[in-house]
Amino acid sequence: MIEGVGTGAAPETATIYVRQPGRRGGLEDLKEIWAYRELLYFLTWREVKVRYKQTVLGAAWAIMQPLFTMAVFSLVFGRLARMPSDGIPYPIWSYAALLPWQFFTQALSSASGSLVGNANLIRKVYFPRAIAPASSVLFGLVDFSLAFVVLLAMMVYFGRRLTWEVVLLPLFLGLAVMTALGAGLWLSALTVRYRDFRFVVPFLNQLWLFATPVIYPSSLLPGPWRMLSGLNPMTGAVEGFRWCLLGTSRPGAMLVFSATVAVVLLGSGALYFRTVERSFADEV
Amino acid sequence: MAIDAIRTERLAKAYRLRGPARGYRTVREALSSAVGRALKGRPSGEIGRDRRDRQELWALRDVSFSVAAGDVVGLIGRNGAGKSTLLRVLAGIVAPTEGRAEIRGRIGSLLEVGTGFHPELSGGENVYMNGAILGMPRRTIKRRFDEIIAFAEVERFVDTPVKHYSSGMHMRLAFSVAAHLETEVLLVDEVLAVGDLAFQTKCVGKMGDLSRSGRTVVFVSHSLAAVSSLCRSAFWLDQGRLKLQGVASEVIGRYVSSVTDLAGQPLGERTDRSGDGSVRFKNVGFRNGRGERVGSACVGDDLSVELTYQSTGSETLERVSTSIVFVNHLGSPVFTCWNDLVQCELRDLAPRGNLVCRIPRLPLAPGSYALTLALVVGGRTADKIRDAAMIRIVEGDYFGSGKLPRPENACVMVDHQWSTES
Repeated sequence: MIEGVGTGAAPETATIYVRQPGRRGGLEDLKEIWAYRELLYFLTWREVKVRYKQTVLGAAWAIMQPLFTMAVFSLVFGRLARMPSDGIPYPIWSYAALLPWQFFTQALSSASGSLVGNANLIRKVYFPRAIAPASSVLFGLVDFSLAFVVLLAMMVYFGRRLTWEVVLLPLFLGLAVMTALGAGLWLSALTVRYRDFRFVVPFLNQLWLFATPVIYPSSLLPGPWRMLSGLNPMTGAVEGFRWCLLGTSRPGAMLVFSATVAVVLLGSGALYFRTVERSFADEV
Repeated sequence: MAIDAIRTERLAKAYRLRGPARGYRTVREALSSAVGRALKGRPSGEIGRDRRDRQELWALRDVSFSVAAGDVVGLIGRNGAGKSTLLRVLAGIVAPTEGRAEIRGRIGSLLEVGTGFHPELSGGENVYMNGAILGMPRRTIKRRFDEIIAFAEVERFVDTPVKHYSSGMHMRLAFSVAAHLETEVLLVDEVLAVGDLAFQTKCVGKMGDLSRSGRTVVFVSHSLAAVSSLCRSAFWLDQGRLKLQGVASEVIGRYVSSVTDLAGQPLGERTDRSGDGSVRFKNVGFRNGRGERVGSACVGDDLSVELTYQSTGSETLERVSTSIVFVNHLGSPVFTCWNDLVQCELRDLAPRGNLVCRIPRLPLAPGSYALTLALVVGGRTADKIRDAAMIRIVEGDYFGSGKLPRPENACVMVDHQWSTES
């Protein structure tokens, strides 16, 4: 038999859900996302479960991608182009930057496609739509933690010690998460309406890589430019990672730029998302 | 006094058929329309500024009703009447264009069986996943997990990926998850038609349990039998408007007879028609293969449909295009006879006369069919009437073998040959 809530008439205290044209308050949105946190968890969990099914190497792929990228970078830029690397062996120097970078690109591209990819869900079920890009970003963190283990192994191999700065690492990871989520909110919502963005995102990722000191050290940039490069929040994240893990020079005032831009990106992304989210089911 | 669980006020939902926001927009379109607006000096911004310029379809219009807590309401109407749209608006999936709805209590919606099922995940994992999507808290799923699996009769396959499930198992599991939702309000769209007959019976039983448990249920179904057995009251939606609400049996009765009633009314007196009215249908008649007037036909008979039309003017009608759509009792179109399809030109017609459409060897399965007629003169729709007439098709010898397929296996007859090859 049926048990639980819902026996008898709905109590007068029950929550009232209103459907009407126009938007709701921002606080209500946040409360609702919180109420749906289990769905966020399950969508991420589903990705984790499904991602490496029917692959021979399985979750090893999460490690192989940054590892091979690092190998190629080391060969091409470290060996052939003799790119300076702050006096640190190029492989570990580039890997420390690839960690946040790979997280960012992966989170951004999957977040951008998350609404269109879950079109069926969006048409048939109600949930706060921001859950979809958010779970893409969350899933990126799973791969990130696997790749991070490899970094620890490399630190041992290259005989490097962790310093106290490592406790600040979560801050820089947070910077990358905010940037990925902010850009992801923008791009996922834009992709619903303008499918053009499906072509923009891979291209954007490529350009963004060159705008971020992953391959090259930011010390190559002339003074004032170095400061301005902080306008790319991923520069702040990458520099922060290298500082915390490898003891490169401390990123200074440019971090203020990075953090500000990340906050603006996330805030504006959330605002734009909210203005268009109610029409997703009609447009996706 | 009972509390209302759902209350709507003049709820309306419009879809744009044509115009700027249709389909996948491209940036180029958006830019060019922005440029266009700028050149024309029209303000851009608020929604609805040029609503009149666009072709709109009002899927819902002025729908006001209330459902008392604990009531089980059946939503009936033909295809395209707005039933699913109403559920989607109530569920919060799409925003209404106008009006307002209030729902008291948590809402569970089951608009499609198995939304979010992932083929790679096991049955058990999908129960958790689907439960979360439908808004069921994890502890509820945990508590009712065994019940859900048992109801779906998939105990032995809990750990098997769903992609190896038969479609019946898949459907049963999906329905079972939804049937165990514990929300105060449940919105259900046409889901009883899953699985085999035995499971369908079980589903109807479960729905009955739900309704007795004091849950408020809004239930869309084409199965009038299911609606009348499960629901105390019913709403009848017609072309986006709420046509009738009341006791289920009464509403269903009126709904069923409406189609027949309408068709019985002389065509000339009908006002529920569209078109510019320059030429109108006056009468519909049927003749069998021997030219006798009939009101019913056998499957496989030669059938002629005679459409009497009359123009308001006295000049000849230069270019005429006319169509008849045969619609079955569920409101689904079965086939269309249209002179353009068969490249038969109708030119220079007298201002009044008959158009005759001959259908050799009528392939319709036994049942009642309603005819939707349309007449286009010189590129403009002159007249269009839904349910202009009814025709009853009775069993006949379509194949010349004295046999017909079982009713559940066929809605049309198709000639075919068999041979062997080795």
